[in-house]
Amino acid sequence: MDLEGLYQEIILDHYKHPRGKGELTSPLAEVHHVNPTCGDEITVQIATDPAGHLLVGYQGLGCSISQASASVMSELVNGNSIEVAETARAAFVDMMHAQGSGEPNEEILGDGIAFAGVAKYPARVKCALLPWMALRDAQIQANLAESEEG
Amino acid sequence: MPNLPALDVAAVRTQFPILERSVRGRPLVYLDSGATSQKPLCVLDAERGYYLHSNAAVHRGAHALAEEATEAYESARVTIASFVGARAQDLVFTTNATAALNLAAYAFSNATALAARGHRVDPRFVIGEGDSIVVTEMEHHANLVPWQQVCEKTGATLRWIGLSDDGRLDLRNLDSIIDQTTKVVSLSHQSNILGTINPVAQIMEAAHSVNAIGVVDACQSIPHMPVDVHDLGADLIAWSGHKMLGPTGIGFLWGSTEILNAMTPFQTGGSMIETVTLERSTFAAPPQRFEAGTQMVAQAIGTAAAVRYLESVGMVEIAAHEHALTAHALAGISQLPGVRVIGPTDTHMRGSAISFVVDGLHPHDVGQVMDAQGVAVRVGHHCAWPTCRRFSVPATTRISPYLYNTLDDIDAGLAAIAAAQEFFQVVN
Repeated sequence: MDLEGLYQEIILDHYKHPRGKGELTSPLAEVHHVNPTCGDEITVQIATDPAGHLLVGYQGLGCSISQASASVMSELVNGNSIEVAETARAAFVDMMHAQGSGEPNEEILGDGIAFAGVAKYPARVKCALLPWMALRDAQIQANLAESEEG
Repeated sequence: MPNLPALDVAAVRTQFPILERSVRGRPLVYLDSGATSQKPLCVLDAERGYYLHSNAAVHRGAHALAEEATEAYESARVTIASFVGARAQDLVFTTNATAALNLAAYAFSNATALAARGHRVDPRFVIGEGDSIVVTEMEHHANLVPWQQVCEKTGATLRWIGLSDDGRLDLRNLDSIIDQTTKVVSLSHQSNILGTINPVAQIMEAAHSVNAIGVVDACQSIPHMPVDVHDLGADLIAWSGHKMLGPTGIGFLWGSTEILNAMTPFQTGGSMIETVTLERSTFAAPPQRFEAGTQMVAQAIGTAAAVRYLESVGMVEIAAHEHALTAHALAGISQLPGVRVIGPTDTHMRGSAISFVVDGLHPHDVGQVMDAQGVAVRVGHHCAWPTCRRFSVPATTRISPYLYNTLDDIDAGLAAIAAAQEFFQVVN
């Protein structure tokens, strides 16, 4: 069985010890996304610090993949510029649509590269993308998105 | 393989070649028949035989193939109707059970719209503010959302019968839920998520006592136990072909002759008319009134073959077999620490669909590890999201065995649950 390819240690670690989970005190936007096929839920809040860097808060309920993905997202986005956040999101989305081919960029994705194996399980891709889709929605609502690319 | 008295599972399994395949390097253990059943060879042969020899559009054309196809299609209607103790003219073919329930729901919203324009319709189908529609808290979305829509369109109020903690209908306040305002009562015979078998006849009696129309979703009961439509006491009963060994793409709505005659059409167009002018049309008698467009001939013939196969095995025997599997599964789950059944924990008035949650694990992860062991189960809210909310769980994992499953299959399922706990290290 190839479960270890799907559930990398890094993913299980983020699932059991989520980074950055919690609420922001004064968010500029808050969005709630669900995965209607399985009921995974995530709430993402967004704000900026005085330097204009992104602050991300989240609360979620769902499978290990969706919750670990939210934790990794928080690590990659929190305290970084909009440009860095959007580069990370684009790289993560590309990786999830690559069906396991291609070499993910660890410099951009950090622990996110552990999700490369998830892309081979079509039913789980939506789980991994859920927090990132919510992040983009929150950025747009707060006028903190760089562009309108999908 | 341990002995089950009711039926010869080994013989049954020879008719389902798909059960011989492996998945992810393990032998397939298919425990997802509540989502869709596997198909025996006779169903595949029936569809293939029809396309090889008799394919034509039914109820039109004067040629020999058209006549043969029409004969096969209408003969399938007789076979499927008699399987549930019904007359062929009371059985409507639909594209699936959801379409059958929408057909029922639209009979109300269409009649209400027509009545508002002064057309003559049966007043039992006219609904509006001050009226109520009653469902239950364990309905599949297919028997909930269409009724919500009727309420949105007409101003009627949706009510529901709540659930007890063990997954049964809470009938204590039935008199105040089904009352003089009630125009429709619609509920499932057997819950797809909880496995509960509901006392449908009692609730239909309550519906009829206030002149409401009674609708039953029998998707999870007709494939698994002997059902006679008259015993349920309902006016309309919906179910599908693909959960009873038949093909996808066909569903059924049985209705009493009197109710079907009183209903306005749902989809309109070819085949369902009596006369058509540019200004207006009149409609055919049921069941054709509800069968617009080119029909699902191969699927009807395939389902008739499935029915003959189910009858050859015996519905009483199938129900007894599933009862034994259910008892074994419930006993096994009760031995697994940290695993909790959502729904009745004994076999009384209960079918074989068993939902459970595993402490510390999301159902998606449970299902993923089970899949890695070759065990196919359903995870998620099972199109019964309000039921999940009732039990404060985001989702469940569900096993749903059928006539072709063995006690070994159940044991493989139980072992796979334990494997998930071990993989995620959530057992104490």
